[in-house]
Formats: sequence, structure tokens, C-alpha cells
Amino acid sequence: MRLVVDLNRCQGFAQCVFLAPDVFSLHGDEALLFSPRFDEAQRDRVEKAAAACPVQAILVDYSDEPTKGVEPHVG
Amino acid sequence: MTPGTLSAQITDYANRADPYPLYAELRKQPVRREDDGTYLVSTYYEVRNLANDPRLSNDTRNRPPRYARTADAEDQGLPPSFIFTDPPVHDRLRDTINRPFGPPHSPSFLDGLRGELAKVVTELLDAFDGKDQVDIVEDFAYPLPVTAICKVLGVPREDEPRFHGWADALASSLDPRPGGGDGQEKGQRARQEMGAYLSDLIETKRRHPGPGMLSALAPDMTPADLEATAVLLLVAGHETTVNAITNTTLTLLRHPDVLERFQKEPDLAVPLIEEVLRFEPPVQFVPWTTALADIDVAGTTIPKGSPVWLMLAAANRDPKRFVDPDRFDPDRKDNEHLGFYTGIHYCFGAPLARIELHLAVPELFRRVTFSRLLEDPPPYRANAVLRGPRHLPVAIEGLTV
Amino acid sequence: MSADTDVEVLRREGRIVVVGASLAGLRAAETLREKGFTGSLTMIGDEPYEPYDRPPLSKQALLGRARPEDTTLPRRRDIDAEWSLGVAAESLDRDAKRVCLANGDTVPYDRLLITTGTRARPWIHPEEAALDGVFVLRTRDDSARLRRKLTGGVSRVLVIGAGFTGSEVASACRELGLEVTVAERGPAPLVGALGGVIGAVADRLQRRKGVDLRCGISVTALEGDYGGRLKRAHLSDGSAIDVDVAVVSLGAIRNTDWLAGSGLAAGPRGIACDAGCRVFDVNGIVTDDIYAAGDVARSPHPLFDYQFLSLEHWGNAVEQAEIAAHNMICAGPERRPHLWLPMFWSSQFGVNIKSVGVPPLGDQLVVAQGTLAEERFVAVYGYRGRVIAAASFDGAKWLGFYEQQIAAGALFPPDYRTVDLRTETLQPVDPAFPDPHLPTHGATVTLTGHSPSERRVQFVPSHG
Repeated sequence: MRLVVDLNRCQGFAQCVFLAPDVFSLHGDEALLFSPRFDEAQRDRVEKAAAACPVQAILVDYSDEPTKGVEPHVG
Repeated sequence: MTPGTLSAQITDYANRADPYPLYAELRKQPVRREDDGTYLVSTYYEVRNLANDPRLSNDTRNRPPRYARTADAEDQGLPPSFIFTDPPVHDRLRDTINRPFGPPHSPSFLDGLRGELAKVVTELLDAFDGKDQVDIVEDFAYPLPVTAICKVLGVPREDEPRFHGWADALASSLDPRPGGGDGQEKGQRARQEMGAYLSDLIETKRRHPGPGMLSALAPDMTPADLEATAVLLLVAGHETTVNAITNTTLTLLRHPDVLERFQKEPDLAVPLIEEVLRFEPPVQFVPWTTALADIDVAGTTIPKGSPVWLMLAAANRDPKRFVDPDRFDPDRKDNEHLGFYTGIHYCFGAPLARIELHLAVPELFRRVTFSRLLEDPPPYRANAVLRGPRHLPVAIEGLTV
Repeated sequence: MSADTDVEVLRREGRIVVVGASLAGLRAAETLREKGFTGSLTMIGDEPYEPYDRPPLSKQALLGRARPEDTTLPRRRDIDAEWSLGVAAESLDRDAKRVCLANGDTVPYDRLLITTGTRARPWIHPEEAALDGVFVLRTRDDSARLRRKLTGGVSRVLVIGAGFTGSEVASACRELGLEVTVAERGPAPLVGALGGVIGAVADRLQRRKGVDLRCGISVTALEGDYGGRLKRAHLSDGSAIDVDVAVVSLGAIRNTDWLAGSGLAAGPRGIACDAGCRVFDVNGIVTDDIYAAGDVARSPHPLFDYQFLSLEHWGNAVEQAEIAAHNMICAGPERRPHLWLPMFWSSQFGVNIKSVGVPPLGDQLVVAQGTLAEERFVAVYGYRGRVIAAASFDGAKWLGFYEQQIAAGALFPPDYRTVDLRTETLQPVDPAFPDPHLPTHGATVTLTGHSPSERRVQFVPSHG
């Protein structure tokens, strides 16, 4: 499962960090770092974090389905 | 409706159960001047923009003397708590207080309380066993946040009977009373008495540090600043969350279709809780801001020095921002509500409130089979700002483990 | 057949080809489907990966908090596309309306969207650039390679260029406990983007965090050992430093080479398009079937004297892609202008740096809130008496206000009282940009509307 934070919108309210501290973190007082991939164990927390974002900056893709038409690549 | 009296009607207890028609009336004029020179701002974009406007102060000492000030601003003994200050003082205080509470220094502090709080929820619900009627406020929505804030701060839970009355008086003093009244004086007295109680406690913590924020903050703050902070957090920590939990319960019982769905889809809890925060926000409006300069908003100039009320609950139902805003819709997309305010004064306790809501709401509706509301509307507390039911009597049919 | 029928047919059974499978390409494709495009959609990308997010590559990926291969972008929806990944587009035949790929395939289109973005500007001397230990940072693979190198035991890293990426790399190195030298030709870090006044703050920040910062210095040569491994860098002041890693951070080159000879107005500065994302041909006539979005596009912005702005900004890529997609399948009157206010962020040395507007257009600057000394402030840039940009260090919550000041063409310097104002009156100073290129004066315009779909330009009478 994947996520991205629109850091233009993000203002460092850090609500996501409180709710999912293993996926989101603050670097200094305001800069947000996030793990772009997370697993089932974090799903519930990420969902809460995304819903709580005061500026709705977190986009989550809960699907682990590969994208249709894309050949799998070894990273 | 008589023009010029909307703020009086909003604070009038007679309208407490349903202020939303008044808010709709307000929104017809996004920036409305009341007879005393107070400005009420009620539409979403205007409220949000003002919350982010550096020309707006949270320190009511910036108002001319003829206007009401907060109990914090009038208090001769204690400095104002951080929500009633502006940067740079505000930022320094909030950063310091945040140190033991949240990221970047303590990202997992609240997360670590989940287990204990879940146990409290279980115990409170266990006590419903054998009853056919409960008061959601007294039996559930009040005890949980009190326990939570006591744990967070390191205040003995058994002292609750001592600070309950002070907290109520202080919360009431947030209500603006255009017609005068003794709320402010009572508020100041309560602040001093609660401050004295907490000051003793802080002194003990200074000598014998224990768990909780007060011990952690004692070395980093002046006694006066910490006392003011402790008073604020103790009051705000439960006077608001009690409303959030109660409002959620009330709203769900008023929407049986959603309730039925929720019981089948427990995952609905997350968007549902956010929707309640939009639909029935625990802090209805912020009446303590002041213009530091002339501010043009939506074609109206708010003159320097004017008190400004930011009507969060009205903004949350602005049809220009939310589709079908008076509908309670847990499937709502793009729910960028102002239930916890926004900008630098965004609710400090929001993450704690959410953790409590996420624990309390699904468990309440999983275990309890509700029959009906026994009073609708329920009796409300006097407070217009921190609006919520005083009691929420409900009939219940059963309790599962 | 009317134009409206054309659009209907296009939406139903047209062929849309997107060249450039990154952020802008993906969001455009999703928008096309969301708006009811049911024809065929082809995504062409030169990298072998699904669209991924680049900003983490110079931040959490270098710190080891996220793997570069985990940056694949979340999907907003299924786009039901044919993907052609790992194959670059090689040329465009506008007459035949087809894209020719490096593997010899040709892909016909009814509408083409170009989102080929940029690549890292390589080190000037190819043989030095080929040394083991010389890196650029743009792609997933770049980031993975650099991370491996940085964690494999290095004695000193040289960062060439102290723009945002270079500064972020230096920050990550310090956090990893590595010795790092930053060589910057200009007088301070970030000087091109934010000017010398703010650059001086970044300068202090870097030094305090232990960076060996050398400004006003350029790297003249990179020297390898007999095994082809980087061992030394020679600087313009005659000195040399022993380094085993050099990260070349000299900005980006727009990927327009493949359009040479296509007859489009594409060159090193990007692809010129109108505010509706339609690409111009070399004659300056707008095409109606070719669109561009993201880092590779440059389009006129009404708020900035209709200058063609090319923005290497994440948010711009998203919004321009959405506008381009919308316009590609709409009849004329429904088309929307791309009026995004430039916005940017960078996190480095524990500070969140954000900007809105176009700071380099500024001819004056004031610190409106906070102080430079505390490294927590909002600086506001003015251009001929109007607010044109703002930049914050750990002050993101205030930028929305200044964004509106810019959109409204507010007077500069601000003459109102605010919170955290540290001086009685604001004395504007020269923001100290190294190479000011002031645009000609034009009409004053303001932007209105809260969402991209509502945003419009409004002319306002001259304020004298």
C-alpha cells in the first residue's frame, strides 16, 4: 500500500505523526517525512492519519494490486 | 429575526439545542457587524483565511477596554495560557509544552496511552451491565476524557471532584456575554483556585518527578507559565472531548440508517468521527480574536481593535464549501472541516481527542444495543462556545462482551 | 461535423498518448479517465518503473527511512492504459500524428500530452563524470546508488552546487554523520531561489550543522585514481580536497531533445505552451492536439507580467496535469487556464523551507514575521510596490495568507500590524539576487476563485 503527502498543502500540523508514528515523522519542528510504502499492520493507523489531516494532504492507495498493463520489474 | 441581535441569540440558552438556523442566518452576511462593534465571521473561506491571518490576535489585551476580555487576559496573578497569546510568545510556549506531548520529541507518547485508555473504555461499558437506561455523559463521555487528561498531565484522578467545578466555571467564562454577567469574575476566581491546586501539585512533581507532562515540563518552564498551562490543559482536556463523544452518540442515534451501517461496517468509524467534528463541532466558535489592523474580508473592513468571532460551526456548514452541508454524511469526501480550528492555534489536544474518539465510539456501538434516546433534544449545558449536552439519557437493550 | 461532435467522438474513442510516465503523466491520465475519457490511453516512459515520487529521493531515501523502490506513487484510480515503460520516445511526427519510440515502435495519437520532465544536469566533463564516486540525483536508481555509496564507508562527500537538492543532500550527509564539503559558485546557498539575504540564513544553518561550506567557489576538476575512482576535487581558489564522493547538483535540463525537428517550440528552457497547456509551434502558433504539463512546460502567467514560467515544482506538475487533461477533452469554451501560484518546499537541516510566488522576481524584501536570527520567519518579496512572493523558515502556516496577498496584488511593503512583527516599521532591503532579470511592466491582474476550476484572472485598474 502506498501513500504520498502533498507537502505544498502540508503545514506541519503533525496530526498524522500522532496517529501513525511509525509511518510519519517530523524532522525538526515542521518538516514532515513519511514512508511512501506501508503494510497491512499500519493500515488502520494510516487511515486515521489521512482522515485527520487538517488540510487533507495525504493521498493513500490501499490496493496492493499491480497496475494493469505494467510489466513487473525487479527493483 | 431582529438585526444586530444574532450574537445575543446565539449565546441565548434557548437556542442551545439547535443553533444551526441562526448560523444559516449569519452566513447570509459572511462578515457581520454587531451593534457593539463585534464582527461575526461565518462562512468557510473567510473563517479559514482569518484563522491564518497574522493580523488577527488571540490576545484580548489588544482590544479597547470597552470590550470583554478573556479571564486569562484579566487575570492579575497568572500570565495568559498559550492559546490566548500571539507569536513569538505563543510559539515558544507551545513548542515547550509540545516537547513531552508530541513530535518531534515525543511522537509516541499519546500512542502509548492507547492500551490504558482502552481499558478505561472497557470498564466504563462493563458498568452498563444490567441497566436498561444510562446517561451517556455521566456514565461514559465525561469519565473517559477526565481519566485521559489526568494520565497525560500526571494529575491524580481521584482529585476530580475538586477540580470539576473550577473547570466548569472556567469553561463557561469563555462564553461572551454581551449583556454583562458574572461569568468572567467566576472564571478568574476558578482559574486562581485551580491554579493554586495545580501549583502545589507541580511543586510536588518538581521534587518527585513522576509520569505525565507536568513532571516533564517542570524543569523547562517558569512556575507561573506552567501553572497557566496546566489549568488550560486540564480544563480543555475534558470539557471539549466530553462534547465530542456525546455529540457523536447523539448524532448516530438520530441517524438510524447510519447507525445500522456502522454496526455492520466498523471501519466507518474513522470518516464518521471526522464528519461529526464537522457537523457538531465541540468548539462552536472562537470569540476571543481581535483585529490588529484594518482587515478587508469579503467586501467588509473589520476595523483595527474590533473583537472578531470566528464561527467554526457555521463555516462547517457553508454550502459554498460542503455539498449538502446540513446532511450528516460519513461518506463525505474532501472533509476539510474546521472542527479543531486551523492555523497556529489548531487545537493542541486534537490528537488526544481523536485517540479517545477512535477508542470510545466503535466500542460503545459494538457492545451496546441502543433502544432509543429518552430525551431529544437532550438538556444542554449553558456554554455556547463549548456546546454539548449536560445529560444524554438513553434506553439500552443489552450489552455484549 | 461540428467541433462539439469532434470532442464527443474524441472522448469516446479517441487515442491519447502521454509521453513521460511520472507524476504529471500519471495525474493527467487519472484525470482523463475521471472526466469520462473512454478511448485508448498509452503511457510512455523512459524509466522502467511505474510513476514514482521524487522528493523523498533526496530526503528520507538517503537517510534510509524509505527505500527508493518504495516511492511508487499511489494511484487515484485505475487508468486502464497501455504502458510502454523503459522505452524512450525518440521523435515526433506531427504530420502523421505519431510518436516514434527508441525500440522502433510508432504510436499514433489524436491528442498528445508531453510530460517528459527534466533530468539532472551532468558534470561538465564527461570523462570526470564517469569516475566511480561521481553522482547526480534525479531518479530512483540515482538515489539507490548514492545511498549505497554513502553507507559503504566514505571519508568526505563533495556537493557541487548549493541549490535545494544540493543542500538537501548535504543535510542528509551530515545526519548520516558524514563529512561534507559544499562548493557553491554564488555567494550563499539557495541564493538563486531565495536571494542573498535569505541565503545568508541558509549559510549560517549549514555551517552550524557542520558543513564545510565554500561559497564563491567553483569546482574546476574532479580527479580520479588509476582505478577510475574519484579521489580529489580541484577548486577555483587553487585548493584541492580529498573526496571519495561528489554529488553534482547543478540543476536540471529539460527533456526536449527528442522534439528536435518536430516543429514545436521546444528547447533547453522547456516547451512553450499557452495557459491552457496547448503547445506552441516554432512560429508561435498554438497547436490544438499537443499539450504539455509539469517540469517540461513553460507557460505565461498573468500575475507575473505574462512571463513564461517554467516551474520544477511538485504541485505545479499535479495541477497543470489536471488542467491539461481537462482541456484535452473539452471544447473551447470549457477550457480552463493554468493559473497556479508557484509553491515550493524543501526540508534541510531540520528546517522546513517553503515559498509561494516567484521570489527571484522580487526587487525588495522585508522580514514580515519572526527574525532571520532565530531561523524562524516569513520573508515577503515585493516587485514594484506589489507583494510578489513569500518564503518561510518553519512558518508554513502563514504562507496561505501571503499567497492571497500575491493573488490580490497587495501593496508592498505591508503597512499593517501583525503578530510576531519584530520592528515598528518594515524597512525593505534588496533581496540580493545574483542575476536580476526584471520583466517589463504590464497591467496589474489579480486571481480569484478558491479551486482550480473556479480560478480566473481579473484585471484591476492601475494603482499609480
